[in-house]
Amino acid sequence: MKIQFLYYEDCPSHEAGQQRLQQVMAELGLQTPVEVIKVETEAEATRWGFIGSPTILIDGVDIDPPPSGTPPALTCRAYLWQNGRFSPLPSPALIRRALTRALANTQSATEVKS
Amino acid sequence: MNIGDPIIPFSLPGVDGNTYSPDDFSAKQVLVIIFSCNHCPYVRAWEDRMVQIQADTGDRGVQLIAINANDVSKYPADNFQNMQKRAQEKQFNFPYVFDESQEIATVYAAQRTPEVFVFDAARRLQYHGAIDDSYEDPDAVQHPYLRQALDALLNGQTPVVASTPPVGCTIKWK
Repeated sequence: MKIQFLYYEDCPSHEAGQQRLQQVMAELGLQTPVEVIKVETEAEATRWGFIGSPTILIDGVDIDPPPSGTPPALTCRAYLWQNGRFSPLPSPALIRRALTRALANTQSATEVKS
Repeated sequence: MNIGDPIIPFSLPGVDGNTYSPDDFSAKQVLVIIFSCNHCPYVRAWEDRMVQIQADTGDRGVQLIAINANDVSKYPADNFQNMQKRAQEKQFNFPYVFDESQEIATVYAAQRTPEVFVFDAARRLQYHGAIDDSYEDPDAVQHPYLRQALDALLNGQTPVVASTPPVGCTIKWK
């Protein structure tokens, strides 16, 4: 499994976002290294399809896929939680679901190979 | 701006079609200027609390004004039309005005959204910073900085905490 954490320095949520990701990974017993990527220019944001900070990709897939056509931006990212509130951070539940799904996919692929 | 500095006047268009300046609220004991915007998740996390604070304190002499100064060419979610939509959607009970030239944000030395400036009856800055200490969960707030500052001023006292680091998105400069 490949986990990438993309952030924009000016947005203050990235440290808390990394901590939250690590916490959920620890709860799931995951020791996969996280590739931390600093997005600094509009060109980089476009290349990564980065719509705001922080963005977490698991095997290249956004844990909260944005609507198509969402423009890349060097800003903070708004996450809508299940309780209807907005937050600059993804909820632990959202991260957990994405990691669990990716784990299941990895296990399925391993079983098919064997 | 530093604590104790006088308010810097402005005249800016509001989403309701009126133009607003601090003098429009000279009868109010406390004036709260909040640099804000549409797209920032910190603003979105806090804006219900802004509405509630105005509802709770308006009768006691507090007036909020929210100012959006973001560059809309790069952040179209913050344009005037979208400001009008947001104000309607969230039923803002305070003026939401547009600082298109960014002149007012510049002279206030505002850096973030949301960023709060609280002025007393003499229109001197008495509190600057964050709304409270928990953007993510209103039930987890331990230090409601803005409410504490308002309570102090309405009771003729000086806020115990006069300054906190504003937490939020950077203002998007041209």
